[in-house]
Amino acid sequence: MDLQNQARIKELTEQYGGENIVMLLGGAEPESASIAAETVTVGDPTFAGPLAGVSLGLKVYHVVEPEIKAEFDPKVYEEQVAMMEMVLDVDNLVAEVAKMRQEGSK
Amino acid sequence: MSILAGKKVIIMGDRDGIPGPAIAECANSAGADVVFVTTECFV
Amino acid sequence: MPVVKGVGYSLIHAPNILYHNGTTQTSERKKNPQSEYLAKLANHLRSYETALAYAPNQVYIGNIGMDELRSIPRPWYSSPVAKADRFGPYGEIMPEDEFYGLIKIADSFDLVRLEAEFSAAVKAKLARHRYLGNELIKRLSDGKELAQIQKLVDDQGAEGLFIAGRLVGCVRSAHEIDENLSAHVMLENLVTKASSLLPLFYLLTTAGAKPADIDYIIECSEEACGDMNQRGGGNFAKAIGELAGLVNASGSDVRGFCAGPVHAILQAASLVKSGVFKNVAVVGGGSAAKLGMNGKDHVNKNLPVLEDMLGTFALLIAADDGFNPVIRLDVVGKHNIGTGSSPQQVMTALVAEPAAKLNLKLGDIDHFSAEMQNPEITEPAGAGNVPEANYKMIAALAVMAGEIARGEILQFVEKHGLIGFAPTQGHIPSGVPALGYFRDQILAGRAKTCMLIGKGSLFLGRMTNLFDGLSLVIDKNPGLKPAETGISRDAVRQLIAEALRDMAQNLKRG
Repeated sequence: MDLQNQARIKELTEQYGGENIVMLLGGAEPESASIAAETVTVGDPTFAGPLAGVSLGLKVYHVVEPEIKAEFDPKVYEEQVAMMEMVLDVDNLVAEVAKMRQEGSK
Repeated sequence: MSILAGKKVIIMGDRDGIPGPAIAECANSAGADVVFVTTECFV
Repeated sequence: MPVVKGVGYSLIHAPNILYHNGTTQTSERKKNPQSEYLAKLANHLRSYETALAYAPNQVYIGNIGMDELRSIPRPWYSSPVAKADRFGPYGEIMPEDEFYGLIKIADSFDLVRLEAEFSAAVKAKLARHRYLGNELIKRLSDGKELAQIQKLVDDQGAEGLFIAGRLVGCVRSAHEIDENLSAHVMLENLVTKASSLLPLFYLLTTAGAKPADIDYIIECSEEACGDMNQRGGGNFAKAIGELAGLVNASGSDVRGFCAGPVHAILQAASLVKSGVFKNVAVVGGGSAAKLGMNGKDHVNKNLPVLEDMLGTFALLIAADDGFNPVIRLDVVGKHNIGTGSSPQQVMTALVAEPAAKLNLKLGDIDHFSAEMQNPEITEPAGAGNVPEANYKMIAALAVMAGEIARGEILQFVEKHGLIGFAPTQGHIPSGVPALGYFRDQILAGRAKTCMLIGKGSLFLGRMTNLFDGLSLVIDKNPGLKPAETGISRDAVRQLIAEALRDMAQNLKRG
């Protein structure tokens, strides 16, 4: 994950408290979504950024996960995301991000 | 219990997946308070 | 209607510029000079011969067809092309040492110093180049002593030019404190300027045009040239045209991140359609900054670092000749400020709306070219197969329109999509690399309507969260009506025959 983004996420977590924050991802690839989820839960796996060795433990979801999707206005989801369900590898995206959340979210 | 309502939401979209602003629209519709939106670009 | 009268595409193999000047590498050197990545990187760089035999590169210069690429097994880096050639119908793949010579040729302010022996060797090679005349070769002045160059690099912040790790020259800064004229920026800008020359020369040949025929140049690369009082002041276009001898041309630069080239083509076509100019060249040079952009992922996965190619192109957009494919200006697809950023909003605006205006189903469009990034570069970096994702989005639009069933998405992708083959040089993959293929297919009667799609990540400039995109329909030329020409059909045929004969003679001379 971009180092500036890591710094920003760290700063926001300090400001609001990790328990009040939810992170939503829109990554196209299961692998990169998994790395993003890992970065904001257990820490930056590349050890390059401000979140290296920092376990924020944020609650993190991919936007196509059923439990998060259920909270959106269906009309808005239809307009903003639905088509991409035909394009993206939804099953693997959900599996990867959910796995990271279970392992690393506080 | 709701996951998003009343929470501070950080959004990291993907230019080749779902871009940040599209996710923000969804999050707003669920009563979340979006505090940061960004979009990654690998190309 | 304006036509695509010719195309030129060239690549430059630039592993040393990658190593020393690509931003992934320069950032790493600043932040983490002892990093494992930098230590391993040199072992992952490709030789010129390996890069030459890499199938996507041969596709880029037109030696291998799109259909042939489909049948070459992946990974392509393990399937070298047997008949790899430096030269192809669209252009060439230049090695890095010769390119340093071209950078010196492009240097108008004595910023580039080449070591004497190296300079002489490169001069001898470039003197044999089919398109570099004496006037250009003369600009390669005698080189300097290595000690002097080393001193400039060590003491005055010049950027070194290396071959296989050996210092052979440098680019000096052009100002004491202005970052926009620093050695680093001057090197990037000279790379853009010098690399633009290659496709421009090939373009003139394939289009059968003389340098003096060009009225206007629109340059659409990644960089901006200027100084601290006008960071993007410009004008690469005239700087490039000056070197190429386009004495009757003026020009300007157009930017729009990766969508820049399609904006440039739209403007060129509009200038031609309005009658302001007859011949407008659109040119894009290579990006040094993006070399090795995803190198960390390639090294981590033990792959060759595949982003070692500078990509370039040049197009000639000209007045209707009744023969070449036309650019339809009545149905431009564009992402409006109010369109929204979701993929379906973007693709509806860029693809579905123009097709509907033409009363075409999406399946009536023979081929789409949208973001032609080579998937072998992007997949290991976690960005997936970008062209395929675009084609799936277009197929998904077709599903939503009831044109195909959901189970037919992959079939649609196979039939209307192309395999990504372009280097990830930002502006380069964005639709444009397939324009040569479109032109050939349409001229050969194998396709009638194609669509060129450019998309740009404007949010990277941190001025807006907006996305951007533009699409153009390229159609078979319906032929000129007698009223438009004042001459008969037979006379038109005669003119085309003469034009083709001229072109053949030009090629022979080349």
